Amino acid sequence: MTSVPLSAYLVLALILFCIGLYGALTKKNIVIVLLCVELMLNAANINLVAFSKYGLTPSITGQVFSLFTIAVAAAEVAVGLAILIAFYRNRKTVNIEEVNLMKN
Amino acid sequence: MENAWIIPVLPLFSFLFLLLFGKRLKESSAYVGIILTFGSLVYSLSVLWERFSQPTYKAEAVWLTIGDVQLTAGYEINQLNALMLVIVSLVSFLVHVYSKGYMHDDNRFPVFYSYLGLFTFAMLGLVLSPNLLQLYIFWELVGLGSFLLIGFYFYKQEAKAAAKKAFIMTRIGDVGLLIGMILLFLEVGSFELDIIFHALETGVISDNMITIISLLIFVGAIGKSGQFPLHTWLPDAMEGPTPVSALIHAATMVAAGVYLVATMFPLFSASETAMLTVAIVGGFTAIFAATIGIVQNDIKRVLAYSTVSQLGYMMLALGSAGYVAGVFHLMTHAFFKALLFLAAGSVIHAVSTQNIKEMGGLWKKLTFTGPLFLIGTLAISGVPLFSGFFSKDEILIATWTEGHYGLFIIALITAFFTAFYMFRLFFLVFMGENRGSSSKVHESPRSMIFPMVVLAVLAIFSGYINTPWFGTFLGDWLVEGNPALGHGHIDGPMWIMLVASGISLGGILLAYLMYMKRNVSAKFFGGEQSPVYDVLLRKYYIDEIYGYTVIPLTKGISMIFHFIDKFIIEGIASLVGAIVSTVGNIGAKLQNGQIQQYITVALVGLAMLLVVYALTGGVL
Repeated sequence: MTSVPLSAYLVLALILFCIGLYGALTKKNIVIVLLCVELMLNAANINLVAFSKYGLTPSITGQVFSLFTIAVAAAEVAVGLAILIAFYRNRKTVNIEEVNLMKN
Repeated sequence: MENAWIIPVLPLFSFLFLLLFGKRLKESSAYVGIILTFGSLVYSLSVLWERFSQPTYKAEAVWLTIGDVQLTAGYEINQLNALMLVIVSLVSFLVHVYSKGYMHDDNRFPVFYSYLGLFTFAMLGLVLSPNLLQLYIFWELVGLGSFLLIGFYFYKQEAKAAAKKAFIMTRIGDVGLLIGMILLFLEVGSFELDIIFHALETGVISDNMITIISLLIFVGAIGKSGQFPLHTWLPDAMEGPTPVSALIHAATMVAAGVYLVATMFPLFSASETAMLTVAIVGGFTAIFAATIGIVQNDIKRVLAYSTVSQLGYMMLALGSAGYVAGVFHLMTHAFFKALLFLAAGSVIHAVSTQNIKEMGGLWKKLTFTGPLFLIGTLAISGVPLFSGFFSKDEILIATWTEGHYGLFIIALITAFFTAFYMFRLFFLVFMGENRGSSSKVHESPRSMIFPMVVLAVLAIFSGYINTPWFGTFLGDWLVEGNPALGHGHIDGPMWIMLVASGISLGGILLAYLMYMKRNVSAKFFGGEQSPVYDVLLRKYYIDEIYGYTVIPLTKGISMIFHFIDKFIIEGIASLVGAIVSTVGNIGAKLQNGQIQQYITVALVGLAMLLVVYALTGGVL
């Protein structure tokens, strides 16, 4: 049985990361931007898991680390969404272009 | 004498006090000035009295130490300084009193008095200076005082221009003085007059250097004392209030140039060229200004040109080794010219015009001013028994014995002209019919008459302290203990005195015939259309010549520098500014609060770094 090569995982992670980055940079809705940030995080997770299996010194550390990342990401999303809701209540908008009050 | 420093400090205090509280004191600020200058006068007199019996007193303290050089500041009371102290403080005191009446309805009255205080302080400081550096500082300060007072009516265009002209033209002379001072310092290593004169005796300075230095210092005197060719500022300075003309532009400041030459007399007398130059410039200025004075129609301008002419006389005396004659004439001139100016001010006060063609017949109306003006006129004309007669006689004798026969003739002609134009002025103002329009001619208040009376007494009698008949006290005292200054009295042939009296009486007679009897037509030398008259009226076109030569040249040079300054220096400066502000603007635009843009920029930067990293093969 031919196994999936390491490069395929990395390319998948790259594509996922780029989609996330693109979305984070261009989307105007803050919810979408947050989603895209999650996408980029998960791209990194894929890399971690892939290297823990096919890396030069395979070990379980990569998988443990990715679990950590998922946990941290969950906490971060909770905080992020809370801020977002507070912001929405304040400004009645979720448009990122209007989040510029710190300019001056 | 130990406390002589108080003398200049009192007027300084008057200046500062009136500067701070003048607005509140209003008219009573005059009393502050009068009392303080009176204090100076009393103290000066006591210093003069003490100086008769005591030797020269000198006090100084180290002011600055630069390397090995120690600059000192202090004061010195020798004969000349003591005499000048009395002249300056006396005239200043009288002018302070006089101004109380003359300026009474001016709403900048306290300012006027504070300026007078500043000027008096500077002038007294000038005559007390024991070293050239200190003298130079006060020299510039009197220039400032003169500038402020000429431009006192600054809302008048002419006064503003005259003040600037006076300041700039004297500054031209001051450059000469400054260079001379620096050269002297390089040669001797000190600004102290004592040390400089000592160095002269021991022959440290080469002869050529002495000539150059004394000529440069003389340039300073030319500027200050209104000698040809820097004389044109002095007649224009008559735009100032008349008491100021009496104080600054007749009695004290313009005499500072003469005082400078007298103070530096040992230096000048060490160089024959310098002495001859002083004599020639003085003689030429004397006759030059006298001829202009003949045709002027403004009462103050006539007096101004006569001042220039008399200052030339003093220079002529000093240049002819007549140290005593020059200083003596400086003293008598201070008295009678101040008297004439104050009397002229009284006339102007009465008829509200300065044009002598609009005066006439004032003798009966101005019962005090008329005789007082006559006394001044007689004194300046050199009529026998008046003070001007004795001092002029000394000058003529000095010129004759020095062997300057050409200059002697010039001096005689000048004396004739002086008598002529002064009596022309007198007859036109006080005699004949009243040609003026103002009917309300009134005599001046007592505060104006009193100073004139004091000066008139001095104008008559001050000559007697130095006469060939009763003894030459002043001359002997002035040169006492200082052989470098020459003799206290030079014996001259008797006929000089007779000729001088004859000449001055002749001038008066001609003026009498021309302007009183009208036997001799005033058109004798050509009427008002003649070219000679025109040249004289336009003051030999000196102002015009400067207007077409020196001024365009200076303006041209300044335009070039202005151009360089504006387009090159300022261009570079504004270019730097523009670059900085452009960068700033771009930066400000980048910081627009759009978080996504920030990230994009950061990403692009990262990408570029990676590309460079890759291309250089990881050597970054």
